[in-house]
Amino acid sequence: MKSAKAEAHGQTPAGHEPQPRMVTVLIMGKRHTVPEHATIMRAIEYAGHQIIRGAGCREGFCGACGTIYRLPGDYKIHTGLACTTLVKEGMSLTQVPAVPMEKAIYDLEKLTPDVTTIQQLYPVVFRCVACNTCSKACPQGLKTMDYIQAAMRGDIAMIMDLSFDCVACGLCALRCPAEIVQHKVGILGRRLYGRYLSKHSQHLDDRIDEMHAGKFDAEYATLMSMAKDELSKLYYARDIEA
Amino acid sequence: MYPEYMAGSLKAVEATRAKRLELAKSGQPVFTPMTAEERQDVLNKFHPDYAPGALRTVRIGPNKGEELTTEVTEILEAHSMVEPKLMDIHLTKPDYETDLLIIGGGGAGCWAAIEAARNGVKSMIATKLRMGDANTMMSEGGMQAAVAPADSPTRHYLDAIGGGHFENKPELVKILTEDGPEVVRELEKLGVIWDKMDDGSMQVLHGGGTSRKRMVSCRDYIGAIIMRTLMDEVKNHPDMITVREFEPAVELLLDEKGHCCGAVLYSLDTEQFLTVRAKSTIITSGGFGRLHIRGFATTNHYGATGDGLVMAYRAGAKLKFMDSVQYHPTGAVFPEQIAGFLITEKIRGAGGQPVNKNGELFVFPREPRDVSSAAIIRECTERGMGIDTGASRTGIWLDSPIIDMLHGEGYTRHHFPAMVRQFGQFGIDIVKDPMLIFPSLHYQNGGVEIDGQCQTNIPGLFVAGEASGGVHGRNRLMGNSVLDYNVFGRRAGKIASEFSKTSKIGKPNLDHVVRYAKEMSDAGVESDLVAPVILPSYTPEDVKLQQLARLGNTPARHSMLRSRISRGDHK
Ligand SMILES: Cc1cc2nc3c(=O)[nH]c(=O)nc-3n(C[C@H](O)[C@H](O)[C@H](O)COP(=O)(O)OP(=O)(O)OC[C@H]3O[C@@H](n4cnc5c(N)ncnc54)[C@H](O)[C@@H]3O)c2cc1C
Ligand code: FES
Repeated sequence: MKSAKAEAHGQTPAGHEPQPRMVTVLIMGKRHTVPEHATIMRAIEYAGHQIIRGAGCREGFCGACGTIYRLPGDYKIHTGLACTTLVKEGMSLTQVPAVPMEKAIYDLEKLTPDVTTIQQLYPVVFRCVACNTCSKACPQGLKTMDYIQAAMRGDIAMIMDLSFDCVACGLCALRCPAEIVQHKVGILGRRLYGRYLSKHSQHLDDRIDEMHAGKFDAEYATLMSMAKDELSKLYYARDIEA
Repeated sequence: MYPEYMAGSLKAVEATRAKRLELAKSGQPVFTPMTAEERQDVLNKFHPDYAPGALRTVRIGPNKGEELTTEVTEILEAHSMVEPKLMDIHLTKPDYETDLLIIGGGGAGCWAAIEAARNGVKSMIATKLRMGDANTMMSEGGMQAAVAPADSPTRHYLDAIGGGHFENKPELVKILTEDGPEVVRELEKLGVIWDKMDDGSMQVLHGGGTSRKRMVSCRDYIGAIIMRTLMDEVKNHPDMITVREFEPAVELLLDEKGHCCGAVLYSLDTEQFLTVRAKSTIITSGGFGRLHIRGFATTNHYGATGDGLVMAYRAGAKLKFMDSVQYHPTGAVFPEQIAGFLITEKIRGAGGQPVNKNGELFVFPREPRDVSSAAIIRECTERGMGIDTGASRTGIWLDSPIIDMLHGEGYTRHHFPAMVRQFGQFGIDIVKDPMLIFPSLHYQNGGVEIDGQCQTNIPGLFVAGEASGGVHGRNRLMGNSVLDYNVFGRRAGKIASEFSKTSKIGKPNLDHVVRYAKEMSDAGVESDLVAPVILPSYTPEDVKLQQLARLGNTPARHSMLRSRISRGDHK
């Protein structure tokens, strides 16, 4: 029996699961009827496709599923990640199986975290016309253009911060009228920051020195020679940092 | 947006929040942690591994007679994709030759290639989807490494082995915990951006089962940051590392002496089988979430179908701890579109609390994962204290608004941008409202058994990362698998590339595949399943049946079309 309290909260959904309402979408030009609450990815699968190129993590991290679409009565080209964007009535869509581009090859150890590196590796950045098309195309809602502008100034920390959440779907690069490869500039900026600009941790060095000096060897030996029940006792008695 | 009928329960959560906040600030555990007996009891009664039908005895192969997770037994007792007879020419004249073959382009695979290159050995990464389409890309919370002064690697050892119920291979746990600090530094050298305190020291947080704050992080994108860094580095060495995408391995190759000498790849683009002859081989193909064990939704990437287990097993490698599955306590259950998605444990590390429909705490927020999951299932089933999602799922609340109250306004948005974004898309602001959660199929605790050199019982075959078994026992703690693929990926790369320098391999053959098929029929095993599974199929059943009519003229036993792996959610 449910408690009176639970009843009062009304914690059960009213009635049964409704049948999903359906919408019509055009997948690569072909009409399909799919559930209204489907993501683009599920809609494509519902239509019977086995996705090979165009799905990776399925949760919005990998950028494998870049999709472009149009909506009825709307001239705009929209962009989104198929795994997290919901379908809409009349949506006309296609996934982008790959984004052709050249990555600069470099030795991180030989770079400096400043504008000369950008000039050397991605001179195309300086073609930016500040149209903001890249930011509008970003399915993550990043300020892509701002980090490209930061790259032109050699502001590596800003590239790092603004591109941190980039999933490298490459939709920005496909839409850019100046043919910049924004997401590649992003990863370069982040690596430069991590390698050269991030504050140094003394504790980390100390710990590694201790390890090399064999400080924990004896303790390891003791732990590893313990029988299960001894180890278990020690484990359940260990103090836990708040 | 939460539906109207949940409003009452949401109010209840709000009503108890002030009290719970006070508790959290007191420095005492907010709920009494379970004793060893209580843990065992809740596991026995509620953990999916202990449910009837969860295990099935495997009738063939190196682990014959052992009980393994049912779905694993099914893919082991399955047919090969290749017809060995038809592969002769390609065995005599391999399509590719390399010093080191790496199967799987996730974190472990990339590290192996980078270390091999540093050791002057050329390698080839053959991977299923694109590079980095991998579980590694998705990790959010963090990595354990004993870097804090209050911590020590031996404490880390004790936590890891206790979390694994004292069954882990001690040698592997020692390597894992000892290498942690070094891995942090190596990653930073490659450009990984760690969360740090103002003075530059590493920020550390708690995770389930940690006795010291030990979780290092990159906001909640640790996976994406590390994976993209490693991929970028791999691609900086085109002369040393060849990458083949959309070419998953489907069988290993052995030579006359039974040494591993490469693999058969299957091109998803052209549907060709291609052979690679290699002086040594590392399997880094990750886990098995997409098998949807016991019908659970999963946090894993699309290609996580346990292929490494199948290939290695057919070639004679022993598996370890393949009777246990990790369910992550906090998978999303609402809205339905994100059912199964991971909600990082760091949310609880930062103070987020699991509470029932009346807003009451019912479990210590940082129990080991198996215990937490079992406790949540108990709350939703036996105790009836869950919240119905309206889509045949039940969940409990994970109270996130309390985090900003503990750490200051803006903390959640800065530290959990991925979570904020994911729920934000559906009109749920996790700074103001809690999330609805239920355990989700997350991690392959066991795998192909390895020793401290990442070697299997087959000479020339190495395994690293989630595909391997031994280091975590039957329960891996949060943060230890990111550490695992870094530590053992590097190690496997160093050791296998060294092995390649002197190894002499003979002519590759697929005799083991023929033998395995015979063993299967001798044992009377009947199956219509072809494995490795490669990709799950989320096509509706009726459509799939119509597709199967085409089988007669599809390439040999095309596994994806025949895949029965479509249970669970359809995400
Ligand atoms: C959502 C999520 C969040 C996580 N969060 C954390 C966390 O916070 N902390 C933590 O410690 N751990 C976490 N984990 C676990 C951790 O990320 C993984 O266990 C780890 O990254 C595995 O690394 P790997 O290199 O072994 O495998 P993966 O990164 O999965 O790489 C395996 C690669 O092999 C490929 N492959 C598969 N089959 C084949 C084949 N037949 N042939 C060729 N290639 C193949 C795959 O496509 C993939 O690219 C998380 C996992 C997930 C899914
Ligand atoms: S599939 Fe990875 S972002 Fe969509």
